[in-house]
Amino acid sequence: MIRLEKRPQPSRAFAYLTPVLAVLATFVFGGILFAALGKDPVQSILTIFWEPLFGEFAFFYRPQLLIKGAPLVLIAIGLSLGFKAGIWNIGAEGQYIMGALCGAGFGLAFYPAESALIFPGMVLAGAFGGWLWAMIPALLKVRFGTNEILVSLMLVYVAEQFLASMSLGLLKNPEGFGFPGSRNLQQYQSAHNAELIAGSGMHWGVVAALIAVIFAYVLLARHRLGFAVRVTGDAPRAARFAGVNPSRLILFCLGTSGLLAGLAGLFEVAGPAGQVSIDFNVGYGFTAIIVAFLGRLHPVGIVLAGLLMALTYIGGDIAQSQLGLPAAAIQVFQGMLLFFLLALDLFTNYRLRIGRVETA
Amino acid sequence: MTPLLSLSGLTKAYPGVIANDDVSLQIAAGEVHALLGENGAGKSTLVKMIYGLVKPDQGEMQMHGAPFAPAEPRAARAAGVGMVFQHFSLFDALTVAENIALGMENAPKLRDLSEQIRQVSDTYGLPLAPNRVVGDLSAGERQRVEIIRCLLQDPKLLIMDEPTSVLTPQEVQILFETLRKLSADGTAILYISHKLEEIRALCDTATILRLGRVVGTCVPRDTTARDMAEMMVGKVLATPTRAGVEPGEIVLALNKLSLPSPSAFGMPLREISLELRRGEILGIGGVAGNGQDELLAALSGETPAPVGMVQFQGADIATLGPNARRKQGLLAAPEERLGHAAAPDMSLTENAMLTGAVRERLDRGGFLNWPAARGFAERIISAFDVRTPGPANAARSLSGGNLQKFVIGREVLQRPEVLVVNQPTWGVDASAAAAIRQALLDLATGGAAVIVISQDLDELMEIADRFAALNEGRLSAPQPTKGLSVEQIGLMMGGAHGMEVAHV
Repeated sequence: MIRLEKRPQPSRAFAYLTPVLAVLATFVFGGILFAALGKDPVQSILTIFWEPLFGEFAFFYRPQLLIKGAPLVLIAIGLSLGFKAGIWNIGAEGQYIMGALCGAGFGLAFYPAESALIFPGMVLAGAFGGWLWAMIPALLKVRFGTNEILVSLMLVYVAEQFLASMSLGLLKNPEGFGFPGSRNLQQYQSAHNAELIAGSGMHWGVVAALIAVIFAYVLLARHRLGFAVRVTGDAPRAARFAGVNPSRLILFCLGTSGLLAGLAGLFEVAGPAGQVSIDFNVGYGFTAIIVAFLGRLHPVGIVLAGLLMALTYIGGDIAQSQLGLPAAAIQVFQGMLLFFLLALDLFTNYRLRIGRVETA
Repeated sequence: MTPLLSLSGLTKAYPGVIANDDVSLQIAAGEVHALLGENGAGKSTLVKMIYGLVKPDQGEMQMHGAPFAPAEPRAARAAGVGMVFQHFSLFDALTVAENIALGMENAPKLRDLSEQIRQVSDTYGLPLAPNRVVGDLSAGERQRVEIIRCLLQDPKLLIMDEPTSVLTPQEVQILFETLRKLSADGTAILYISHKLEEIRALCDTATILRLGRVVGTCVPRDTTARDMAEMMVGKVLATPTRAGVEPGEIVLALNKLSLPSPSAFGMPLREISLELRRGEILGIGGVAGNGQDELLAALSGETPAPVGMVQFQGADIATLGPNARRKQGLLAAPEERLGHAAAPDMSLTENAMLTGAVRERLDRGGFLNWPAARGFAERIISAFDVRTPGPANAARSLSGGNLQKFVIGREVLQRPEVLVVNQPTWGVDASAAAAIRQALLDLATGGAAVIVISQDLDELMEIADRFAALNEGRLSAPQPTKGLSVEQIGLMMGGAHGMEVAHV
């Protein structure tokens, strides 16, 4: 008989080993999935993980790693604070959209004036947009005890409708021959989030992500607020006893994650994406949830996980075009990663016992 | 004469611990046999073997001289063993009869069953209406449901696990009347407890367990409580001592403190008034669930109160939160160790930070001084003899008693002006309990005031200067403990909660 036994102490070894094991398990079962689809499993996995880094066109793909990784890390850092405290912001995608809309709207309002103040203003507006969108579930939870998971998730779909309306209406490019979508911010110098070093993929969003990582690390390790987050996640009553105000913590965690998601949206719309369009959002806000957990809700882990997820995105695209793997298979592959991570995570706190069942 | 039940050489080992080591005992029909021992002495494991919940590794049991090895509780029940657990397994939303029917193998029709329940309850002086909903019953009445459930099986042996921990003294008397009657009818009773006076009042024989072994048997009526306690613990117990201190000025005053119930299952606090002076220990008794947790939360600052209801050193602190109160010197240690007083998965260093940040200056402008927190945790560990490899260990890896010493030590070492503790020695072995009580007494001698909320009346009588009881969220007027009789205490606790004494 197999049974689980709670460990007296969480296993440190397993806390670090779990992500590695989850990646390996994903290789194995992903390989089986690809084989079932009639593709060579080894070649498929090599295409996803090897080609972008060391393949023939790696010079093109490597900067993509930063471009795709930065928003994931930026959003995931914010989410991880809430997740650690048991506050579940599932709507980062919506906050990402609202950040992009507010930021882009701020910049476009000044078009075609050129000023060094426009881009910083857009950053603030983007952060504000994301923060504001996250404050809706936060205030509803604090005031009426609503479930933040549902409210934040539903607000994603509201934000998507908002995005569509803006692309077709208020923010539509007057010189766009009637096509939906805003002016291209890449062609508006004061608003463009350009690469800091040409060809590196390094833009302000990458810098912001790194600052967020350091900020989160110091907060969690050294600051009272980070301690409050961790205690609340482990034992809410103990946190209250220690003087943590649960309402303020909810406002802080949801606010911070919304703010960072909004920033990610702004850096994306002003840089790699270039314009507000109906299909501007590509799911970074949802993938960041996987990134946060894959990184064990630890700032450094999130950086590694963000880069890994970015890799599966880029490699997945290559596999789609070169091997003809369906996009759904790539999504399943990414989903497997989270599934195995959460499943194996159990062994941090439990150990497997094989033996006779004792009723006691 | 063959004994009813005879155990010989029972041994049961779990990984890392031998729960029972070569335990032998005999129970005659109609005998009330006490099983006495500290927490972790192996009492529960032993009765679980008799009740078929656990299989012994070695040794054998005989019932009426025939081999007895129940594979499961059903077999034990069929052989005539009934057990009343410490924690009731009843459904609140169902009636008494429905609850009892659920536990039976071949339940008769509810109407017939109700008739049987009525008969049994009349015979043994356990008044109980079969059609009442269990959710409306008091703890004592719920226990009767469990007892009647056992009696309907017509047991030869009734096992009772810590039956009086939820009862007022009057309710205890009713229970004892019932048990004596059962015993007179030939039913043997195996009575598990660590309350020595009860055992002296009720039991014919006592078997004392320590660390899984039988360390002695005695006739409780002819043995002093102190001698039994020392057999249980295995060493001479130090009685807590204190130097007589004249009470000083009023340090904490509650002025008609009233708070609504925090949850559907909580208890509102109703007009609680008291004055606490420096150097005194106030004991607050009462049956569990009468507002103990709520009172602690109102004092610790977890539940803020309306302006003016809580005065500390002359200033109104009713609206202040826990840390602001800590800063002024009002500290607290809640009952629930894991999850309330301490965060289970966090290290002892982090748990030292939990309440020590303010007074131990571990927090400088929001940034936490972890090396200092570690030092504080180490001081607690050494001053209170907390058995753990070190402060980096998680709180949940500690045994209950050790964690309790850590929790109490953490507050005592912060030099409180007023310390409020709820159930400070619950589930703690006797020597650790003595150490904790001594620490509380020393605190009071040093000029602080202490409020001890406890369900252990012996403990309160031993250390408290004044005693008050919580009943339905109301606090009785505090009385000096000297000369307080058990009857008075029982009345302060709310008498028998509307139950009449059994007429047998």
